[in-house]
Amino acid sequence: MAVPAPLTQTVNGWLRVVPPWTLYVLGALYMGWLFWRAATDVALVEPIDWLERAYGLASLQLLVATLAVTPLRRFAGLNLLRFRRALGLLVFFFVLAHLLVWALLDVQALGAVWADIVKRPYVTIGMAAFLLLVPLAVTSNDRSLRRLGGAVWRKLHKLTYAVAVLGAIHYVWLARGFALEPLVYMGLIAGLLALRLPAPRAAAA
Amino acid sequence: GLGAAALAGPAVAQEDLEPNTLDQITSYNNFYEFGYDKEDPAAHADAMVIEPWSVKVDGLVDRPGDYALADLLDGLEVEERIYRLRCVEGWSMVIPWNGVELADVLAKVGVQEGARFVAFETTVQPEVMPGVQRGVLDFPYVEGLRLDEAQHPLTILATGLYGESLPKQNGAPIRLVVPWKYGFKSIKSIVRISLVEQQPPATWNLTNPSEYGFYSNVNPTVDHPRWSQATERRIGGGLFSSRQPTLMFNGYDEVAGLYEGMDLAENF
Repeated sequence: MAVPAPLTQTVNGWLRVVPPWTLYVLGALYMGWLFWRAATDVALVEPIDWLERAYGLASLQLLVATLAVTPLRRFAGLNLLRFRRALGLLVFFFVLAHLLVWALLDVQALGAVWADIVKRPYVTIGMAAFLLLVPLAVTSNDRSLRRLGGAVWRKLHKLTYAVAVLGAIHYVWLARGFALEPLVYMGLIAGLLALRLPAPRAAAA
Repeated sequence: GLGAAALAGPAVAQEDLEPNTLDQITSYNNFYEFGYDKEDPAAHADAMVIEPWSVKVDGLVDRPGDYALADLLDGLEVEERIYRLRCVEGWSMVIPWNGVELADVLAKVGVQEGARFVAFETTVQPEVMPGVQRGVLDFPYVEGLRLDEAQHPLTILATGLYGESLPKQNGAPIRLVVPWKYGFKSIKSIVRISLVEQQPPATWNLTNPSEYGFYSNVNPTVDHPRWSQATERRIGGGLFSSRQPTLMFNGYDEVAGLYEGMDLAENF
């Protein structure tokens, strides 16, 4: 691990006094604000599509933030480890909200929801990512960590990588052409995963 | 409006043709020259230069040439047509266009024997078009119709909206409107009209032939490979609006005869 620069040490010091639950509060406020805007802002011509995308995008952004925790600590000495569980759980809640808006407000019919999941690959992929998130959310507490043991728990939570890849593909695939923004997220996620590959062994001196 | 309801066919209730607001029609657009997002055209189209404007008419016509817009429209009757617009993405609007029948323009330039299709081309102004700079599609945007589709009385060249000049994000100063086809067929900001013998290229069809056919008639029974086309959402209903069934030919049944004997799942 890199030795933190003085500025990073200061930031780490500040972060120590921030309780992780503030992230849940901020996440809930943001989710509620997006919903309120979709329900009331007449300037949003297509509020259903807007809300669906806003929740989906927030999920991906939180996922990128979750994946950035370890590299930031390893390469910059910035310690955000205390916040990672909250970030990960917020991914789950935003994906759940995204899914509910899609099913209840957008598609509006259970049969059509099921048909889309079975027939449309980008929906299938999104659904798979959500299903993989469920065990992660369920075991994201200290009791599960103790019961499973650190090694098993860590292995299980590597599913996050699969979720990230599926989420990125889902976003690229639903665009009508090759839009720039989905490719940026795909690149970010690929980069953050590449940083986890075992480092090539330094040549013997 | 000149018999707009009558044009729509008896199956469609009158309240179904309540137009969207000018604000909705001008702030939620697909015009990829200005970017991918629905807000991009309204944000960037202002810089497009539309004066002077001329349309090159060429190919199998008696009177080819570069027509100043006013000359092309001279003597033709501008009518109001309240049409439903169904986007291939699954949303729809109702738009009160002002325009002339394409058939009248074609008659004016004189369609020659042997012409079977009409090809259209959109202006390219790279310096003011961020989407062109980024090359999000192969520009210029091109589209085409079979000659009988082009000459159908429902097919218009629109020059206005709500009785005013056409806003730039909606394809000023002159655009095609073919109400029974998905919106992307109705090419915007036209600078060239060519009468040709062979089926001309169409931008979305070139970009992804398995997803966008040359005909692209609105058809609830033929799904887009990535989403159903059975229903649509009318813009303007808010967060809790219901989907409504999509109608064959977007409700314009009178065009069915154009496709008699054709397999519309094959020729989608």
